[in-house]
Amino acid sequence: MSKLTFPRMGESWRTFKMIMEDLGNEVVVPPPISKRTLDLGVRYSPEFACFPLKILMGTYLETVEMGADTIVTSGGVGPCRAGGYAMLHQKILKDLGHDIKMIVFEPPRLQLMNFIKNVRALNKNHTSIKCIIAHIKRAWRKLQALDNAEKLSHIVRPREITRGTTSKVYRKVLGWIDQAYTTEQIIEAETAALKALRGVPQDLDREVLKVGIVGEIYVLLEPASNLEMEETLGNLGVEVERSMFLTGWTRDNTWTETTEMMSVKEAAAPYLPELVGGHGRDSIGNTILCAKRGFDGMIQVAPFTCIPEIVARTILPRVSRDYDIPVLTFFLDEQTGKAGMSTRLEAFTDLMRRKKRLQQGRFTLTG
Amino acid sequence: MGMKKIVGIPSALMYYIYYPFWLAFFNEIGVEVVTSSRTTKTILDKGIREALADACVPIKLFFGHVMELKNKCDCLFIPRVVCLNGKTIYCPKFLGLPDMIRHSLDGIPPILDVRIDARQGRLSKIKAYLEIGSYFGANRKAVLKAYCKAWITLRRHKRLLRKGLNPLEAMELIKNPNRKKSILPAKSNLKFAVLGYPYSIYDNFINANLLDKLKKLGVSVLTTENINPLILALQKNCGLPKRLFWTFSDAILKAAHYLFRHRRVDAVLHLTAFGCGPDSLLNKFIEMEAKQHKDIPFMTLMIDEHTGEAGMATRLEAFVDMVRRRKEAYPCRN
Repeated sequence: MSKLTFPRMGESWRTFKMIMEDLGNEVVVPPPISKRTLDLGVRYSPEFACFPLKILMGTYLETVEMGADTIVTSGGVGPCRAGGYAMLHQKILKDLGHDIKMIVFEPPRLQLMNFIKNVRALNKNHTSIKCIIAHIKRAWRKLQALDNAEKLSHIVRPREITRGTTSKVYRKVLGWIDQAYTTEQIIEAETAALKALRGVPQDLDREVLKVGIVGEIYVLLEPASNLEMEETLGNLGVEVERSMFLTGWTRDNTWTETTEMMSVKEAAAPYLPELVGGHGRDSIGNTILCAKRGFDGMIQVAPFTCIPEIVARTILPRVSRDYDIPVLTFFLDEQTGKAGMSTRLEAFTDLMRRKKRLQQGRFTLTG
Repeated sequence: MGMKKIVGIPSALMYYIYYPFWLAFFNEIGVEVVTSSRTTKTILDKGIREALADACVPIKLFFGHVMELKNKCDCLFIPRVVCLNGKTIYCPKFLGLPDMIRHSLDGIPPILDVRIDARQGRLSKIKAYLEIGSYFGANRKAVLKAYCKAWITLRRHKRLLRKGLNPLEAMELIKNPNRKKSILPAKSNLKFAVLGYPYSIYDNFINANLLDKLKKLGVSVLTTENINPLILALQKNCGLPKRLFWTFSDAILKAAHYLFRHRRVDAVLHLTAFGCGPDSLLNKFIEMEAKQHKDIPFMTLMIDEHTGEAGMATRLEAFVDMVRRRKEAYPCRN
């Protein structure tokens, strides 16, 4: 029987594992991203490929060692190069002597046949369409539950009294959601998880800064690739609101666009009216929307050499000036160090706090 | 019509392929065209200062050329070229080019950034040029006539490229048809394919005179533009599940595929810019193709803003020597 694997992106693997097993596949869960993953990825990927490609390369090689022989991943039609990554991965793996089957999901909005064909290939149990839809719905609910727990952890963490409590509780509740199987169980686990997170002892009078995070989806969603930036910021007393979650992104890219997506496009239009691939336009649109909502600052994270985010980064200084909102950009790759990032984040937080206090007239600059 | 307007076209990126078209078009509707000079150290320095450090060097050069032009024209022509053949698009940096220029440079003239996307119907290209025409107050009939004339010029330009000329020579020839004999390429015993984007291989400053250096070493050069598009189309997807979605990259991969399989050249060089996004895929695909054809040597040359003449010369000399010796050792081949 074929063993199946998929890219690891944040906590979403819990859902993918469930749905693949429901369809009757044996799943190899991709291991957490480690130093070894990066080493393998960097060794066999093109030098200037972006960070996500290298991480995935490493993950695939690790899962192949664990016995996986089929990879399920997403495709794309450009202009972002991620659309061509599946075929590059396959070629490199083949070159290394691993004949892996790739099941590549192209956007179903454009290529419906590809979607149907892939689902049929994955449907090992030969369950009915009705069952498949039920499986997808349940998986979707689980994905939402995971996203909701993560969102809440971002709000609770900067206010926690004892540092580290939120992360501890968050890791515990992920297990609860992971174990839930039926829709009722998932909802129950989600309610319990949110309650547990809210129950973390908090100091509600604390002065908390609010920062939006925009950028490329993979480095946003996989904490190991952005060196747990959200946790670091939370510990610095900053509430983060990430512009992108897997549920939102999937909705925008599979069927029709949501109203939120439309408003992001509209906001970005004066600066970047064109889809430049990836999330370049979203980064600009979300920065403007967050500025209008009174955020204290924005952080853009992108892989080194990411084309769409370079376009966005070129335009962001003007947005920052026009809307008076500080923007900090991180281009990440395997060389990025956690200490360097923490220092930059601390400095950025200090500057935002100072700006906020000045605006509130709480203190004046002297000397 | 009032005073004659001057439109500025930076001589970078799309310039090498589409300048003859644009020049003919604007001249026909009575608009004067001014271009920036060939790339110089000053232009490069200006580009480096203004553009984002993470951008690739061709984009930095484009910024530099815009800085060079900004006081010499009434408006800048930076079209948003999305798709020209109805199938493949261009690098995201091309798609966001007018916005990057507009929002990061100060004191620049208005930008004429008409969107050209051939996927939106058969007449979308003509519509784009009608829009440009109306900006300059030209009537529809004149614009259509100019479009046809420009199209004929472009066809001529491409035909000259296919004959083995490089774009700068072809442009010169279109300007002065009498000089024909002097610039037609000479014969030599080694033939290399130089694959790369037109704006890198034909910009003599940024690639440290790569083509001239090869010529001096007795090597004749074949580029993607010299190959008939029909031959490229016949390569289909080059054994990949889908084609590369960037126009230039797609053409280069097909050219590589064709040249390796049909043994049309003695060696293949791939010229790429540091940090080029599409090339990170393309280069690996060419490399894998080269691996299957061990009798044709392959080398990747990388350029950036620090590329030096000496380093480039050394690498080329060594490579040419190696290929030449190899060819002498196996005289039976071909």
